[in-house]
Amino acid sequence: MGKTLFQKIWDAHEVRAADASGPALLFIDLHLVHEVTSPQAFEGLRLAGRRVRRPDRTMATVDHNVPTLGRESIEDPLSKQQIETLESNCAEFGVPLFSIRSNRQGIVHVIGPELGLTQPGMTVVCGDSHTSTHGAFGALAFGIGTSEVEHVLATQTLPQGAPRTMRVNIEGTPGRGVTAKDLILGTIGQLGVSGATGYVVEYAGSAIRDLAMEGRMTVCNMSIEWGARAGMIAPDDTTFAFVEGRPAAPADFAAAVESWRALPTDADAAFDREETVDASALVPQVTWGTHPGQVAPITGRVPTPADFADPVDAEGARRALAYMGLKGGEALEDIAIDTVFLGSCTNGRLADLRAAAAVVKGRKVADGMRAMVVPGSMQVKEAAEREGLDDVFRSAGFEWRDAGCSMCLGMNPDILEPGERCASTSNRNFEGRQGAGGRTHLVSPEMAAAAAITGHLVDVRSLDVDLVEA
Amino acid sequence: MEKFTTVTGIAVPLDRADVDTDQIIPKQFLKRIERTGFGEFLFFDWRKEPDFILEQPFYRGASILVAQRNFGCGSSREHAPWALEDYGFRAVIAPSFADIFRTNCTKIGLLPVQLTEDEVNKLMAQLKAIPGAPVTVSLEDRIVTTPTGERFSFEIAPDVRERLLNGWDDISLTLAHEDAIAAYEGDREREGPSTGQFLTASQT
Repeated sequence: MGKTLFQKIWDAHEVRAADASGPALLFIDLHLVHEVTSPQAFEGLRLAGRRVRRPDRTMATVDHNVPTLGRESIEDPLSKQQIETLESNCAEFGVPLFSIRSNRQGIVHVIGPELGLTQPGMTVVCGDSHTSTHGAFGALAFGIGTSEVEHVLATQTLPQGAPRTMRVNIEGTPGRGVTAKDLILGTIGQLGVSGATGYVVEYAGSAIRDLAMEGRMTVCNMSIEWGARAGMIAPDDTTFAFVEGRPAAPADFAAAVESWRALPTDADAAFDREETVDASALVPQVTWGTHPGQVAPITGRVPTPADFADPVDAEGARRALAYMGLKGGEALEDIAIDTVFLGSCTNGRLADLRAAAAVVKGRKVADGMRAMVVPGSMQVKEAAEREGLDDVFRSAGFEWRDAGCSMCLGMNPDILEPGERCASTSNRNFEGRQGAGGRTHLVSPEMAAAAAITGHLVDVRSLDVDLVEA
Repeated sequence: MEKFTTVTGIAVPLDRADVDTDQIIPKQFLKRIERTGFGEFLFFDWRKEPDFILEQPFYRGASILVAQRNFGCGSSREHAPWALEDYGFRAVIAPSFADIFRTNCTKIGLLPVQLTEDEVNKLMAQLKAIPGAPVTVSLEDRIVTTPTGERFSFEIAPDVRERLLNGWDDISLTLAHEDAIAAYEGDREREGPSTGQFLTASQT
């Protein structure tokens, strides 16, 4: 029987197979490091007198804490300390670092692919749950905790229990205004917020094949939001074209492509589970609750607890509605928004900014609206400025910031105040995620831009705009 | 890490599903560079709610947390298990756990115990009826004993159990296979990409 993409990568990275004494030991091709989940790991190495085994397969940057305005001076002393600690750890252990002063700095999951470090067939880990993003290249990529970060630093390997496998076939042609973000939010809505727990998910089907790399990264990025160990997509010509010419792309590119063509799942390979999502039936999605599974079509209404048969889900809905300041039953389009955040490792790439700019162009944000664009990397920022996107956003009343994680999780000064309500292109609508008491509605870049203009959640398809094709 | 064999202690019924790591330890407390001291910030925002269960006097000194399904979903922050451990918890019982959270717990000696939803609901009901009642979690026998004496067995990967029972350090276990790692690097490691090309350019 044939093998899945996942199994091929797994087999190629087994340092030791699973046996009675323990699980398989996997070699890690690329370890990405950032300032929040690494200080205790480096300290662990120091205490044990260990070194970083493979600094040549390790890459660090600062993203979670960095201010997106005035990065020359970091006011928060704890953020400053964490950033400086990463700098000194990288210097001490010989790990390459794109520091806050680098024009290559950015969100770790944006700069990995941007540099060409993320390639098909690799194992990629990072102390960050959105490491699943890199699976878009046909890599096995997953988030790990700080103890595991220390383990990879010390050994370049990880012990891993074998996950189950699931293929999600997203078939059909999405309608106008339906983006990669809507495909993944719709999938999570259909299959449940913990529907993929324990699985590595391969996204397949015509709607996935038709996506550009940016869209594929958006889909894989949110794999963790329904519990998947990892999300991945078969590499193809779209993938190869993205990697080609980047700084870390293979020198003999043709030979690399030749080997990558053997990676996709064989026709006779079997998955533990298969699911299908009809992309043509999806409309733009928006979350109404406090986890990404609490999502609905923008054309719909906020549900009430009585809409849920399962008592745990009903109680979850009751709590979520109370937190979100919603009664249940409201038309989603009637929900007023005071803040718009455009950015994050989910939707902070150039294609995302272009898509939002197409909606914003020639318009103004609604009265009292606080809208900000935070490019995913300094390279994305520069590229957007070369196209004049910064002017489009600025003249509409958006703030144009430097790169970082920013208001996706609010570890820097970019936070919501209690009761503020944000249309956000990020990945999590958890209570307090963007600031204590803040309320988050997850949407696509196009939908976020439309909300900024109209002042409420709105179906972007109802605006008279030329949408950029994904 | 501390060994886990058997723990008997006060159990807190946190009757909520999909408890994410942002609730367990909010982001403003992730800026510390130390591994300790997170306990006082555990469930920081929820503890401001009137009658939040952890704040009730019955549960002072609790060592076991009982919650609903998909506990620990969201971010990979190990600060979440650190906060639970620092607060005094030794085990978390739930019908299911998010994968990264579960792994993070087992790396520091905090035991994730998966029971069925029915069993968790029974346990939850007993703990609400008898607030502050003790529960016993035996990793040796893989049994949870409820306040009324019901016994629920649970599964855990044998190697994880062995590691927790002995308090073994994962890195030392792996380094015992250093020959295998070196052999892999010599024979089978894929070519590139090397991050070394960015070493000097990146430091400015």
